[in-house]
Amino acid sequence: MVESVVERITRGHFWDFHGGIHPPEQKFLTSNKPIKQLSLPKQLIIPLQQHIGQEGDLLVSIGEHVLKGQALTLSTNPMVVPIHAPTSGTISAIKMSVIAHPSGLSQLCIIFDVDGDDRWRKREVCHDIELLANHQIIEKIANAGIAGMGGAGFPTHIKVNSKVSSKPDINFLIINGVECEPYITADDLLMMEQSNAIVDGIKILDKLLTPAFIFIAIENNKPKAIKALQQATAKIEKIKVCVVPTKYPAGGEKQLIQILTGKEVTSGQLPIHAGIVMQNVATCFAINEAVRHDTPLIRRVVTVTGQALDKPQNVWALIGTPINFLLEQCSVQHIKNEKQPVIMGGPMMGFSVSSELVPVVKTSNCILVPSKVEMPSAFEKESKEVECIRCGQCSDVCPSQLLPQELQWSAKAKDHAQLKKLNLSDCIDCGACAYVCPSQIPLVHYYRIAKAEILEQQQLDLKAEKAKTRFEARKLRLEKEKVARHEKQKKAAAARKAAMNKATPEATGAKSAVAAALARVKAKKASKDQVQEQTNTPDSQTNLSSDVADDQKSQVSAAIARAKAKKKLKAEATNTLSSDNNDANKIVDALETKSTVTLQASVDDKKAKIAVAIAKAKAKKLNKTNDAAADTNKVTKHTLAVNMDAKKVVNIEDKKVKIAAAIAKVKSKALAKANKVNKETDDTSRINYPVTNNETQSKYKPAELVQTEQEDIAVSDSTGNSKNKNITESKPIISIDKKAKIIAAIAKAKAKNKLKEISLVEKNNPDNV
Amino acid sequence: MNILLAILVLGSIAAVFGALLGFASVRFKVDADPIVEQLDALLPQTQCGQCGYPGCKPYAQAVADGEAINKCAPGGEDTIKKIADLMGVEVQPIDESHVKGNIAQSNRPKVAFVIEEDCIGCTKCIQACPVDAIIGAAKQMHTIIVDECTGCDLCVAPCPVDCIEMRELPETIHNWQWDLTSIPVTQLD
Ligand code: SF4
Ligand code: SF4
Ligand code: SF4
Ligand code: SF4
Repeated sequence: MVESVVERITRGHFWDFHGGIHPPEQKFLTSNKPIKQLSLPKQLIIPLQQHIGQEGDLLVSIGEHVLKGQALTLSTNPMVVPIHAPTSGTISAIKMSVIAHPSGLSQLCIIFDVDGDDRWRKREVCHDIELLANHQIIEKIANAGIAGMGGAGFPTHIKVNSKVSSKPDINFLIINGVECEPYITADDLLMMEQSNAIVDGIKILDKLLTPAFIFIAIENNKPKAIKALQQATAKIEKIKVCVVPTKYPAGGEKQLIQILTGKEVTSGQLPIHAGIVMQNVATCFAINEAVRHDTPLIRRVVTVTGQALDKPQNVWALIGTPINFLLEQCSVQHIKNEKQPVIMGGPMMGFSVSSELVPVVKTSNCILVPSKVEMPSAFEKESKEVECIRCGQCSDVCPSQLLPQELQWSAKAKDHAQLKKLNLSDCIDCGACAYVCPSQIPLVHYYRIAKAEILEQQQLDLKAEKAKTRFEARKLRLEKEKVARHEKQKKAAAARKAAMNKATPEATGAKSAVAAALARVKAKKASKDQVQEQTNTPDSQTNLSSDVADDQKSQVSAAIARAKAKKKLKAEATNTLSSDNNDANKIVDALETKSTVTLQASVDDKKAKIAVAIAKAKAKKLNKTNDAAADTNKVTKHTLAVNMDAKKVVNIEDKKVKIAAAIAKVKSKALAKANKVNKETDDTSRINYPVTNNETQSKYKPAELVQTEQEDIAVSDSTGNSKNKNITESKPIISIDKKAKIIAAIAKAKAKNKLKEISLVEKNNPDNV
Repeated sequence: MNILLAILVLGSIAAVFGALLGFASVRFKVDADPIVEQLDALLPQTQCGQCGYPGCKPYAQAVADGEAINKCAPGGEDTIKKIADLMGVEVQPIDESHVKGNIAQSNRPKVAFVIEEDCIGCTKCIQACPVDAIIGAAKQMHTIIVDECTGCDLCVAPCPVDCIEMRELPETIHNWQWDLTSIPVTQLD
């Protein structure tokens, strides 16, 4: 089998793959000029991730000076490929920047200021690769950051590591120099100019993989490259230069394998399973550089072409060179023209880039700047797509023998199951189908969308699966906790019982304690009537202890109040134009424009309101607390017990205070509106009367504090003086403006909310008004 | 005599088959209702409870018992279509009364985010999260494990200081979707 393949190849016979097209070639634009060495650009933009896989860990920091070839990221797992400094210079920033991706999205990039010295780090040149063990070579390849330079950028060191992948014996190593895209000549030129280095690289691969035969495949439209490589390999029996017929996409991995060996790599299979490894010529060159010269992958040949350029040519571009620099070097005539498309990659498989600062990465082989005559479709925003006429031309040209037409229907219908059946995953995005389609359907585009959707669906399914297991695990855990709790309670109860039944002194103590508690409860019940009569007697003990409770709570309630203010602020944003907020709007306006006249009014208004609110809240609280305090006091003189009760009371009161305050405010507002100031003052004085108790005032710090504090700030901010002496609480001002707004918002939102409830609440609390 | 023989033979055959069936029903007993499992697999597993059931599985059970199929808001039209296919019923438009919160408003997936400076460590959100996507302890700052959060919105309401908000996941090249209008497919003439 192996022999017959070789025989056929020596006779110059090849197999053919299904389909394929012959797009008009434009290689003449660049194929006759040598690869140009460029001057150093001022700045490089190096994306951390340039290939399939993940980004490495950063090794450098901003401001650091690095030498040429120094590693910038560290590879932490095999799928991570490190990147290196393409020249010497300083890291000026590490930030998000647009990268070479069809989405035009940004990714983390190292912005690199070139110092112009081009100073190398220390290199260890290796003269004889025979001295190196295989694993050393692989390590060198991995450290040099080499990723497949043909397109996808698969990490090369994985592909060439024969031990890890437990491969069958490798029959063929195929070096891909086909380069079938109609514009690109980068590999062509590289083969012409660096044939010996490429062959040296192939020898290294030979040492690693020990294949039976090595084929270098080149399309027959590159006579100079063929000649150069034939000369370079003349003395090596194992290496055969195969001149394959020109047809797009002969450079596809599966297609090329079929051409050379007649083997079809079936869906889901990898070439390695058939004993075949394929490498791109540029990758061979990079491997040689890395292993022999200790030069990491920091530059590559890029074809800068298209009829919109004066001097289309191949250039040695440093990784990270922004494409506008490359275009300048090739004299772009226009680019003032906004609509000029710039395509990265070839015309068949490339994508237009969204910014001219997009950097060259390890996989970019071509930058295409077409003129309008050359590629009219690239200039059109509207798609000229019409209905599929079922001509079947697309399936005739599909190199993967798919049914593009059917795929298109299913992709439009988002029928993922059907797409799977039609083997969408085998589509190589070659664009042959779209090229021949008479209806101008952007078929590949539909496939790309469908592929992305399928991928997303897979990820979602994974996530759903994970969520489900976590949900189940949680349920289980809660169940267990519940059981455990029950057990514990049961045990505790049993222990208590046992202790009670024993006639120890402690047990009697416990018994008496229980008895005492029971007695207390009884006493409480009995004294209820009396308590009601005593409600107006303040109790200093209770106040003291509730003070302590307050201090602890103040922080929490402050946070809560803050949150509430925020919520209200949000509500305000959505309701700004609503007319029933007029009043509050006025306040906001006043605060913002700092108009003193309106302000004075509103300040007075506010003061009155505050007074009313505080008064009401206090009155109410006083009643309640005294109630509770007297209650507890009467039953027992135990301070601790009182403390507990007081805490509870404060908790309940907090809420009530707020409601009361809100009601008060709304009411006063309504009154003010109706110009019944007199009545309001009456109200105020009436309510003020029972609130002369200083102790109560200090007691209700939390809720009150926030309110008063905010009012205070709002006022002093807008008037420029804090003459508001009647409110004595003062706290560090964090953000006056914010608070002013917040308070306005609170007032507004509260007014709105409470207006609805007001009648109801009023009924419930007739004593307060 | 013949009749007796016939009865005997048929009777014994019946007994044998009866025993066989009896054995089979014990041996090959199906534990759960497989349709519930299948339905559960179609649901998005957000566990948000918007359908009115405490999680996706209970809703799957309910659907199997004849509940309306259009109550899963996070699943959207796609899920309804799949359930309809499975149950062999008509596709129905989504029941709007079960669409709440921000889930329905945006296409981009969202996850919860704790504004950490404001968190008072009350652990209320942990109790609400159906998938244990929140870490924290009493009086400690809490935070969300982005990768585990299903964006169900259940932790937002319980937070007393309102420091949890739903944020859209940023678009990266990993979750970016091709857009037909972004680039024209280029063709050579
Ligand atoms: S893009 Fe896909 S479907 Fe179209 S011809 Fe190429 S491989 Fe076939
Ligand atoms: S080439 Fe275009 S029009 Fe013809 S069958 Fe394919 S998709 Fe339809
Ligand atoms: S963190 Fe919040 S939004 Fe996320 S899954 Fe848990 S409860 Fe739902
Ligand atoms: S509910 Fe809010 S405050 Fe409480 S722990 Fe969670 S994030 Fe923190």
